[in-house]
Amino acid sequence: MKDAGAPKAIEVTDLVVEFDRKRVLDHLSLDVRAGEILGLVGASGAGKSVLLRTMLGLTPKRQGRIAIFGVDRDKATLQELQTLERRWGVLYQQGALFSSLTVFQNIEFPIREYLRTPQRLMREIANAKLEMVGLKPEDGDKLPSELSGGMTKRVALARALALDPAIVFLDEPTSGLDPIAAREFGVLIRTLQRTLGLTVFMVTHEIEALRTICDRIAALAGGRIVAIGSMSQVLETEDPWVKSYFRGVRSAPPSAPATP
Amino acid sequence: MGSQSLVVCTAGEGRLTIAGLGAWTADNATRLESCIDSAHPNDASKLEIDMGDVKEFDTYGAWILERLMRGDGRPRQVSLVRLPEKFHDLVEDVRRTNRSAPAPLQRIVWPLARLADIGRGVEAAGAEVLRLAAMVGALVVLFGAALLAPRRFRLTSIVHHLDRVGLRSVPIIILITLLIGSIIAQQGFFHFRRFGADDYVVDLVGILTLREIGVLIVSIMVAGRSGSSYTAELGSMKMREEIDALRTMGRNPLEVLVLPRIIALVVALPLLALIGAMAALIGGGIVASIYGMEPNLYVARLREAVSISDFEVGMIKAPFMALVIGLVACTEGFQVRGSAESLGARTTSSVVKAIFLVIVLDGIFAMFFSSMGM
Repeated sequence: MKDAGAPKAIEVTDLVVEFDRKRVLDHLSLDVRAGEILGLVGASGAGKSVLLRTMLGLTPKRQGRIAIFGVDRDKATLQELQTLERRWGVLYQQGALFSSLTVFQNIEFPIREYLRTPQRLMREIANAKLEMVGLKPEDGDKLPSELSGGMTKRVALARALALDPAIVFLDEPTSGLDPIAAREFGVLIRTLQRTLGLTVFMVTHEIEALRTICDRIAALAGGRIVAIGSMSQVLETEDPWVKSYFRGVRSAPPSAPATP
Repeated sequence: MGSQSLVVCTAGEGRLTIAGLGAWTADNATRLESCIDSAHPNDASKLEIDMGDVKEFDTYGAWILERLMRGDGRPRQVSLVRLPEKFHDLVEDVRRTNRSAPAPLQRIVWPLARLADIGRGVEAAGAEVLRLAAMVGALVVLFGAALLAPRRFRLTSIVHHLDRVGLRSVPIIILITLLIGSIIAQQGFFHFRRFGADDYVVDLVGILTLREIGVLIVSIMVAGRSGSSYTAELGSMKMREEIDALRTMGRNPLEVLVLPRIIALVVALPLLALIGAMAALIGGGIVASIYGMEPNLYVARLREAVSISDFEVGMIKAPFMALVIGLVACTEGFQVRGSAESLGARTTSSVVKAIFLVIVLDGIFAMFFSSMGM
C-alpha cells in the first residue's frame, strides 16, 4: 500500500461551498495520493457530486484551495489549465455523451482536440478503448440514443480514458450495471490504474467496489470527511452514519487487500 | 522531450531489430508511428522488438507495439524481448482488441444516391402530411370527447399557456405592429404626397393593417415565439422519456400536452391580432400627425375608409393561423429523436413550416374573401 508520504494528486484544503446560504461543504479537507484509487461514499444529497464538480471547477467555491497535480485553478495560467485538462478524464453519472456524435466520434473527440493523430491510428485507438471497456466494434457506429444504460457508461469511460489521462474522476461508475458487469468494470479500472499509474477519484455506492478496487475510502457526512483510510480503518470509526452504512460488512469474510 | 528519439532500428540480412526508447505515450504516438513505419518492419522476415528502455507506456504505445507485432499477415518470425513486467497486463489487454477488420463502407454510385435522396425526400414529405392529418384527426376526437366531459379540458393548463403565449407576448406584439403601422404610413405619405393624395394614406394603413398585415405579422411573431417553444418543450420531454411516462400512466400525451397548448393558442392569437391591428393604426396615426394631419382628421378619415368587413376578414383568419402554428409545432415536437441536434433541427423546421403555411393560408383566404365579395 502507498505510504502517507506519497506525492499528492489532489489536495483539497478548507473547502466551503454554499448554495443560497445553505452550506453543502463545510471546511472540508481531503488529499488524494498519486496512483491510488480513492472511493468517496456519502448519503444521497450529502454533497459528493458537489465536491466532484468543485474539484473540476464546475461549481464555484466560497472558500478554500483545490490543487490538482499542484495546479491551483484560482492561480493557474490558461496554459497550465489546458495541460491539466488534457491530463484528466471525467466519467459523468449520466454519461454525458455528445448526442449528435457516434460512439467512435465521441471517443475520438478528445484525441482529435488534443493530439494530431492520423485518422487510421485514431480509429484503431478508439476501437481498442471500446473493446477494452467491453463493447464490440459494431457498437462504434451507433448513436448515444441507441445505447442501453450500461453501454452508455462504458462508452463514457472509454471517452474519459481516450487520452490515457493521469487522473480520472468517476461519478458512480458502476451504478446501473449488473453485478457481473460492475465487477468487470472494477477489474478494468484496476488494470488501467496499475499499468498507467492512474489516479482514480471515484464516487460510488457499491460496497463491493469499495472493498475490491479502492485503496482508500473517504466518507462524507455533514459537509466534512468523517472517515478516511483503508476499509478496516474506516470500519473502526465511531461516526454513526459510517457505522450504519457499513453495517454487515464487518461480519463478511475479509477480502484480500487490493494491492497490485 | 519533443525531439527525443523513440526507436532505434538496426537492419540486417532480412532481419530487423527495433529498440524502443523513452516515452511511448499518447503525445508521441504520431511520431512513433511514423518512425516505425519508415523502417518498413513488415518487409523483414525476422523481427526483434526490444522494449527494455521504454520508460513510459500507455494504450497508444501498447497498440502501436501490438500492430507492429501483428504485421500484415505475411509469415515471419517476431520476438518481443525485455518487456517490463508492469506493462504486461496492458499489452495483454490491447492484444485482445482490434481483431476484426472494420466493416467496409457501403458506397452507392452518384446518380443512384441522388435518386435515393429524392425518393427519401418525397417519402418524408408524404409522411409529414400524414402526420399532420393524424394530429388533426386525433385532436378533433379529443376535442369532441372533452366537450362531453368538460373536465378533460384542463383549465389550469390552458390558463397557464394563455399567460405564456398571450399575455406575455403583448409588449413585443405592440412594439412590432406599432412600428409596422408607422412605416406603412410613412411610406404612404412619402409617395402619395407627390400627387396630393395624402388622405388616401389613411385608407392604405387602415385596410392593409386590418385585413392583412396585422394578423400576418402577429402570426409570424407567434410562430417564432410560441411555436418554437412548443416544439422545444415537447421535444425535450420526448428525449427525457417524460412523454412515455405520461403514456404509461394511462394519460394521452395529446390530451395532456397538446390540446391545452393549441386551445390556448387559438384563443390568444385573435386577441393578439386585435391588439396588433390597433397598435398599427395608432402607429399610423402618430406618423400622420408628424406629417401634419390632425389626429381628429385621421380618425374621421379612418371611419370612412374602413368597414367592419375589413376587420372581420382579419379576425376570421386569426384562429386558423393559430391552429396551423400549434399543429405544426406539436407534430414537430413529437418527431424529436434522441440527439440534441434533432431537437434543434425540429425546432427550426417547426418555425419555418409554420410561417410558410401561415402565408399560404393567408393567400387562400385572400382568394376566398375576394370571391365572397368581402
